[in-house]
Amino acid sequence: MASDYTLNKASVPAKVVIKDLYKIFGTNPKMGLQHVRNGVNKTDLLDQYGQVLGLRDINVEMGEGQITVIMGLSGSGKSTLIRHLNRLIEPTAGEILVDGVDVMSYSKSQLRELRQSQMSMVFQKFALLPHRSVLVNAGMAMRIRGEEEDAINAEAYKWLERVGLKGVENQYPHQLSGGMQQRVGIARALTSNAPIMLMDEAFSALDPLIRTDMQNLLLELQKDLHKTIVFITHDLDEALKIADHLVILKDGHTVQQGEPQDILLNPCDPYIEDFVGDINRARVLRARSIMLPLSGELPSDTQGQVDHDDTLESIIARSGGDISHGFIVTKEGTPVGTIDMTAVLKALVPRISTDTGVRNY
Amino acid sequence: MAAYDWFFDTVGLREWCNATKSEGTMSMADLLAKANGGAAETSWWEVPFPSLDTLNKSCEAVIRTRDFTASIEQAFLGVKDKMKVVLDPLTQPLSWMLDGALSLFVGTPWWLLIALMLMLTYYASRNVLVTIFVAFSFFLLAFIDHYTYAVQTLSIIFVCTILSVLMGVPIGIAMSKSNTFQRFTIPILDMLQTLPSFVYLIPLIFLFSVTESKLYGIAIIMYAIVPVVRLTDLGIRLVDKDVIEAANAFGMTSRQKLFGVEIPLALPNIMAGINQTIMMALAMVVIASLVSAPGLGTLVLRGIRNLELGVGLVSGFAIVLLAVVLDRVSKASLARINAAQSH
Ligand SMILES: Nc1ncnc2c1ncn2[C@@H]1O[C@H](COP(=O)(O)OP(=O)(O)O)[C@@H](O)[C@H]1O
Ligand SMILES: [Mg+2]
Repeated sequence: MASDYTLNKASVPAKVVIKDLYKIFGTNPKMGLQHVRNGVNKTDLLDQYGQVLGLRDINVEMGEGQITVIMGLSGSGKSTLIRHLNRLIEPTAGEILVDGVDVMSYSKSQLRELRQSQMSMVFQKFALLPHRSVLVNAGMAMRIRGEEEDAINAEAYKWLERVGLKGVENQYPHQLSGGMQQRVGIARALTSNAPIMLMDEAFSALDPLIRTDMQNLLLELQKDLHKTIVFITHDLDEALKIADHLVILKDGHTVQQGEPQDILLNPCDPYIEDFVGDINRARVLRARSIMLPLSGELPSDTQGQVDHDDTLESIIARSGGDISHGFIVTKEGTPVGTIDMTAVLKALVPRISTDTGVRNY
Repeated sequence: MAAYDWFFDTVGLREWCNATKSEGTMSMADLLAKANGGAAETSWWEVPFPSLDTLNKSCEAVIRTRDFTASIEQAFLGVKDKMKVVLDPLTQPLSWMLDGALSLFVGTPWWLLIALMLMLTYYASRNVLVTIFVAFSFFLLAFIDHYTYAVQTLSIIFVCTILSVLMGVPIGIAMSKSNTFQRFTIPILDMLQTLPSFVYLIPLIFLFSVTESKLYGIAIIMYAIVPVVRLTDLGIRLVDKDVIEAANAFGMTSRQKLFGVEIPLALPNIMAGINQTIMMALAMVVIASLVSAPGLGTLVLRGIRNLELGVGLVSGFAIVLLAVVLDRVSKASLARINAAQSH
């Protein structure tokens, strides 16, 4: 299923583009690649040829300053995909363009330069240096680049404070809780000042409440920093909360990608329908996704205004449960559409019931 | 008639046998056989194993075992001079170091040396109890007049351990980086570790004169270097893969990775290797007294040679005490390093 997806928001240039990417693990990836191109699937490739299909025909554009979330069940190839961006894993075929340049053409030193100052990374298991203090860990990227010790520490202090870790600079990672360790991981990535940030299941190892805190921290930081973030998760709630662009992987290929709201409203595959079936849609869907665009005059029989980013949950609360209500949707104060409660209620029901037994993967 | 005449007759090698008469001297058994008026027919029950010596009786072209060992000796002596040309200058610094350390240790006044060693102990272990134990041990050794011997032993261990670490750690790092090199090195390490300690000394005695201290230096280092090599290799291979991946993801060079991540994280294992290296150096320095290594071992030797039971037992006790001291100090330092980076 090669989807030739391009960003629908023309205003956002692509920072990272992945083109026709294939990855096959095994003793003879070239042979495996031939079979995969001829349509052999992951299970058959392993059973008959002993090769593991990592990724198949991936095409993704990651917009500058946006959060691209890659979601899928465990083993679907998320980690493999994100490690291709900084070539911690070498592709079997395909291109990885960063600012329009193919990373595959980089020499060893260019690649190191890319990792040192273009891309930072946050890991599921934190991966901090256990023998170094929090401060030294936070300054790792700049120290690798060989910058002045004073400048490194100033930056490290600044970002540690920014992620809420003032006062623990001289402690060691093992003295901190998981959530605090991952804050150090984020501070380490931010101190590198790289425009691209890769996060591989960065919050998956944390308790639910701390996880919510971290998601909020990330969104709040992103409001100021506008990094190009590639975020991996296996949790749809998390994906919907932070994604500007959502890519759903299954068995190494993209099943669907696009605006999260679109995917929620128009799932194109039983796999995704099943995924989105358990979601609290009222809390995720927003007015802009289901409003009718404004045509001509403003209707007069509405009960007030809602913002285009308001969730359906808040609109239902506004209506007090009265399904005859309707609202004008505004964006930065100016009306852009209308929404009525019938449409809101309809949007709350998944398009296809999930009771039909597609949960068979 | 010898037992295997029929073999050479049937295979048709009789002529070859008769063509080359071996001119070796006769063995005692040959003389006896001659005196008995030739060998009698052997019954099938007493057929000897077809060893070189037995076959030689039937066919003189076959060499005897003692010719075989003699030829090995000849071969060894043949290359000896050539090897010495290379090995002598290469190993000469070892002699200087051993002799230098020996005279330095013995030449330092006892009160100064003990004070320095206590300071070193405390600095390495940060453990008051261990420091007190070391002080007690040295005063005890000095009190029973074993101080000089103990210090001689210590100076040899000191030099040999430092050299083992200086050579062993890089070898271990290379092993951890290259599977091929590891496959090639492990059999050598196995051999060094399983050879009985006395066997080391044999080729060394031929190569170097017993008056040179490098003779025992080499024997000790070959024996003691094994654990530090093995545990460096293991330690670096066991470093958390996630941390290594993070180091790569942030663009560390191999050098930054080695010194900033791998060696520090492998340090507990490397230190455990150094602890074992010290203990093995102590074991070997005692045996090396056979080839003129000074120290407590000479007293043990005297105890054995002259049947001086008391001398032997007391020096044995002194060695045990020294072993415990070295073990406690290195283990305490190891514990301190572990505590500093426990996760
Ligand atoms: N080094 C490897 N060798 C062989 N197979 C691998 C390797 N790395 C990953 N895989 C396989 O690739 C698939 C995707 O793995 P991964 O990217 O780790 O999944 P995810 O991160 O989504 O859980 C899995 O089937 C996994 O077994
Ligand atoms: Mg993963």
